Amino acid sequence: MHIPDGYLGPITCVAGFAAMAPIWAVSSARVKKTLQAKQVPLLAIGAAFSFVVMMFNVPIPGGTTGHAVGGAMVAILLGPWAACISITVALVIQALLFGDGGLTAIGANAFNMAFVLPFASWGVYRLIAARSSITSARRAVAAAIAGYLGLALAALTTGILFGIQPLLHHTASGQALYCPYPIKIAVPVMLGEHLLVFGWIEAVVTALVVKFLQKQDPSLLQAPLETGVAPETRGP
Amino acid sequence: MKTQRKLLIGLGVLALLSPLGFLLPEKLHAGAAWGEWSAEEVKSLVGYVPRGLAKLSTVWDAWIPDYAFKGWENRGHAPRSLATIASAILGIALCIGLGWVLGIFLKKKP
Repeated sequence: MHIPDGYLGPITCVAGFAAMAPIWAVSSARVKKTLQAKQVPLLAIGAAFSFVVMMFNVPIPGGTTGHAVGGAMVAILLGPWAACISITVALVIQALLFGDGGLTAIGANAFNMAFVLPFASWGVYRLIAARSSITSARRAVAAAIAGYLGLALAALTTGILFGIQPLLHHTASGQALYCPYPIKIAVPVMLGEHLLVFGWIEAVVTALVVKFLQKQDPSLLQAPLETGVAPETRGP
Repeated sequence: MKTQRKLLIGLGVLALLSPLGFLLPEKLHAGAAWGEWSAEEVKSLVGYVPRGLAKLSTVWDAWIPDYAFKGWENRGHAPRSLATIASAILGIALCIGLGWVLGIFLKKKP
């Protein structure tokens, strides 16, 4: 889901940064009003969690690979605004240092993985978890569905960005200048593989971490649902 | 804090397991992620290298491309696994460092 340099034309690259600039600004403003000193480590750990989860490329035998993002979990733990900042940190380090996702595509990749994914997952989780008790099984199920649907939606927007390239940029003879696959291929492939395989990984990862936190420190799961911001962490 | 220490241990375990992220795809003959092919792979897929892609794909020369050390591509599983684990630990450390700095900058003023 990390779009490399060269697959998106200049219009889409600029649009990606233009879309993310206000989202990053509003996220920072929201975090500034709500993040307590004690919660700073969770924002940092969330970024690292997302970073390392994305290293687990899962193969479709004989075919392609893909991975979970861990972004649904970060959104459930910190709320979507702080999650946006947290996942962006992981994406920037991946692009700069490890060439995973292009520099020119950081805006677009952040839109898909640091905006669409955490906000969609958080909305689904909130809706399904509703007023169930913090340690209920319903919360773990809500987390799984939130992870699955959030990743699928991010795959859909990624597929659209790939797929509009041949329309936007082509030579007189019809050769593509950037991503060569049109929307009728890019969207079914991106959405399909994430619905069939990788979405389930995001679902399992999210549910497992929620189950762990339910046992270990349920207070961490309390506040985001009420306010959309990170809870107070338990003292030392 | 107890929970945070456990979460850090979890990250360490994931870092140690991270070589599975390239070993399993190799074992099962799975190629690159869809839309993340090299210029040569694109050529073999569609018959040509899109001109803009050829130009833009080289704008950035990452220090540790694909979590693997440069020049180690043909080494065995063990050294490449070590390189991947080192990349994971470095990435985790940088995420925590940058996340922490941003967090301190963004935290609510008392």
